[in-house]
Amino acid sequence: MSGIYSKDFSIVICGEAGQGIQTVESILIQAIKMGGYHVFSSKEYMSRVRGGENSTEIRISSKRITAYVDRIDLLLALSEGAVDHLKQRISSETLILGDNQHLNSVLEGYNTLKIPLLARAQQLGGPIFSNVIAAGVISKILNIPLGVFEDIIRGMFLRKGENIVKKDIEAGKKGYEIGEELIQSGRIKVQLERDPKITDELLLNGTEAVGMGCLAGNCKFMSSYPMTPSTPLQMFMAGKGEDFNLIFEQAEDEIAAINMSIGAFYAGARSMVATSGSGFALMGEAVGLSGITETPVVVYVGQRPGPAVGLPTRTSQEDLNLTLYSGPGEFARIIFAPGKLEDAFKLAHAAFNLADKYQIPVFILSDQYFAECYYNLPSLDLDGVKNEDYIIKTSKDYKRYQFTEGGVSPRGIPGFGEGLVVADADEHDEEGHITENLQIRAKMVDKRIRRKMETIRREAISPELIGSDDYDVLVIGWGSTYGTLKEALNNLDDNRISFLHFKQLYPLDPDTQSILKKAFKTIIFENNATAQFANLIKLETGFEIDKKVLKYDGMPFSVEEVTKTLEKFMGEL
Amino acid sequence: MDAKVFDMEGADVAWCPGCGNFSILQTLKNALAELEIKPQELVLVSGIGQAGKLPHYLKSNVFNGLHGRSLPPAVAIKAVNPELTVIDVSGDGCMYGEGGNHFIHNIRRNPDITNLVHNNMVYGLTKGQASPTSRSHFKTNLQVEGVFLEPFNPLSVAISLNASFVARAFSGDMEQTKEIIKKAIKHKGYAIVDIFQPCVTFNKINTFQWFRENTYYLEDSHDPYDINQAFKKSMETDKFPLGIFYMNPSKKTFEENLAVYAGDKSPIYQREFDLNKLKALMESKRRI
Repeated sequence: MSGIYSKDFSIVICGEAGQGIQTVESILIQAIKMGGYHVFSSKEYMSRVRGGENSTEIRISSKRITAYVDRIDLLLALSEGAVDHLKQRISSETLILGDNQHLNSVLEGYNTLKIPLLARAQQLGGPIFSNVIAAGVISKILNIPLGVFEDIIRGMFLRKGENIVKKDIEAGKKGYEIGEELIQSGRIKVQLERDPKITDELLLNGTEAVGMGCLAGNCKFMSSYPMTPSTPLQMFMAGKGEDFNLIFEQAEDEIAAINMSIGAFYAGARSMVATSGSGFALMGEAVGLSGITETPVVVYVGQRPGPAVGLPTRTSQEDLNLTLYSGPGEFARIIFAPGKLEDAFKLAHAAFNLADKYQIPVFILSDQYFAECYYNLPSLDLDGVKNEDYIIKTSKDYKRYQFTEGGVSPRGIPGFGEGLVVADADEHDEEGHITENLQIRAKMVDKRIRRKMETIRREAISPELIGSDDYDVLVIGWGSTYGTLKEALNNLDDNRISFLHFKQLYPLDPDTQSILKKAFKTIIFENNATAQFANLIKLETGFEIDKKVLKYDGMPFSVEEVTKTLEKFMGEL
Repeated sequence: MDAKVFDMEGADVAWCPGCGNFSILQTLKNALAELEIKPQELVLVSGIGQAGKLPHYLKSNVFNGLHGRSLPPAVAIKAVNPELTVIDVSGDGCMYGEGGNHFIHNIRRNPDITNLVHNNMVYGLTKGQASPTSRSHFKTNLQVEGVFLEPFNPLSVAISLNASFVARAFSGDMEQTKEIIKKAIKHKGYAIVDIFQPCVTFNKINTFQWFRENTYYLEDSHDPYDINQAFKKSMETDKFPLGIFYMNPSKKTFEENLAVYAGDKSPIYQREFDLNKLKALMESKRRI
């Protein structure tokens, strides 16, 4: 058996938690990009610190790729359970590499090749080196120059000392030797076209793209409580305090976190929280606080399957409803859901400006899959970074909730000007003091939701249409499914189908209905069990989407899965 | 400064006649005036309850937030703008019940704010239920057989966590209470003042008279820098001591611990956004 790959190659590394799969991933994605190839990686893992079976998929391609595939061309099994864990994705074409002891129990019929990772690691001083050796094997198979590989090792392990770097470079060389033998054996050949321009591109994951957008939005305060999969964003921001004048505080709970952030915005610092399902549920009351006090706040929700604890490390799109309806009472809000890194950056940036402009909560819905997937991209649009200063210097007769045409009252902050800034969670008058005057109450509700929403709706970000605008069939998606749906449509290569991707979920672009109505048939893909976005579209536009494809097992849609579903859907037209 | 600068003309005060809150309000105005704190430099932060309404009756910046959640925004406001004087005004239900977790962790955090907790040992706004500080056997419309939970002891909790300033006052003694509040505001770090106060409508046990008879001021010999002595005093419940139990001025405040204020002392909201830093960060993502 031998496999020759000239366009697109998919590698999966599988092993137990604590074995260092992430190290192999970090080395390889850098090596692939620096080698001049397009790269994409995503991971699935169990909620445990040691043991279990975790895997990372790394795709390498001569074309831009941003999606997860089921197909495995090369499996690196670092544990005995790896093959069993992935058996549904392994085909007769899959070449399985691993140590003798990890492949011993693998049944016949699999295309296995035993390589001496642990034995070579032992020679270097211990099993800890087997990861770097493995990375070397794959790097060699991918034709990445040894020099590039060594630079990466040096960059990654420098802080561990020169001795470690030397040993790891040695380990990498051993890997290259094994890789060379493999190539010579004729069992596998990867020959992809290189593009040197890629070496200068950015390599980011969904979390970093959002984080850079938050920094671009001049976020100066973040308080949060750790919860997967939002913790990586907290870590990203916590590390940026010095350069960006940012305070990060780990709060005692999610309730404190969001109340702090609202307090910070009140005092003049743009602020945010990051959380996930249950943690966000705890924040619900304070979302209402932002609503009634008209104090902006940006809330990043990394979705995972619930309810309650659910599947902590898996992915989902289940918390749209929670976000849409969080907080008692009625008030304006905006919900974004990026599906590509460029949008993650832009939307996070926009979230701060819009929260500040309209004095409302703005939500960024991400999920485990998107937060943790890496790929290369040319750049981010930093020239487009502009932050409006919406804070006014108050005068003596300042009224925090002065009635205005558009519902937005100029926002002052304490200590800046001669006025006093009174924010109140009770129903209040224009000054901000408690009132039970019911005429004022009704006017305040109009201000907070009706007047504000009118403008916000007009400014809604349009869904992105991919494909011809003369379509029969419209595939609909939102948030993280972007890359997968796009690649599946490419595979289909059928000009009757176009793809409509929503990055602003609420409020919807007023043109949504007419865009949908143009299609003869519509089909939506969502990572939840109740078609939450299709229901929102129905509620807002009256439009019923014909077919809802729902996946809620904790894994993202794969390109193959979507392609097959669409082929069948087209066949039945 | 004249305490009248803090008067709110025409405020429709919702408290019952004779409520201990009136004297706390006036005492606070007097203390602020003597400390020459201008309304513009002051932020009163509160939650919900009868005490939580106080900021509406005192001319200042106000953040009247959620029940039990006054401390988190208070901490953030001070952190964003350390030039402001931030006073959290709360009650026994709001601070020790709903907000207990924040109470504990903000003692650990030690922001430079003052926390006044009106303690009348009963829920007033919801009409007469037990509060965390209600004494044993106190009968209410919900605790129909009488309270049997151990009363919450905020001072002992605070001292055990090495809070930086711990005091108790009685609203009936405006002069002493004012002095305690002034010291609390001037103190650098988190200062908790638990203020005994009668609820004339819903607490017929712990009345004005009861507080008079069941409290006394700490002796001059009390050493507020001795944590063990302070803790012992805070555990006394046959007669409740009043005054400053404990001070630990050596603790760094939350703001002092923040890296953003290590060199530059200007409030962070005033600092300009630096696009070049972001550019450098992005460029770093092109390299290994």
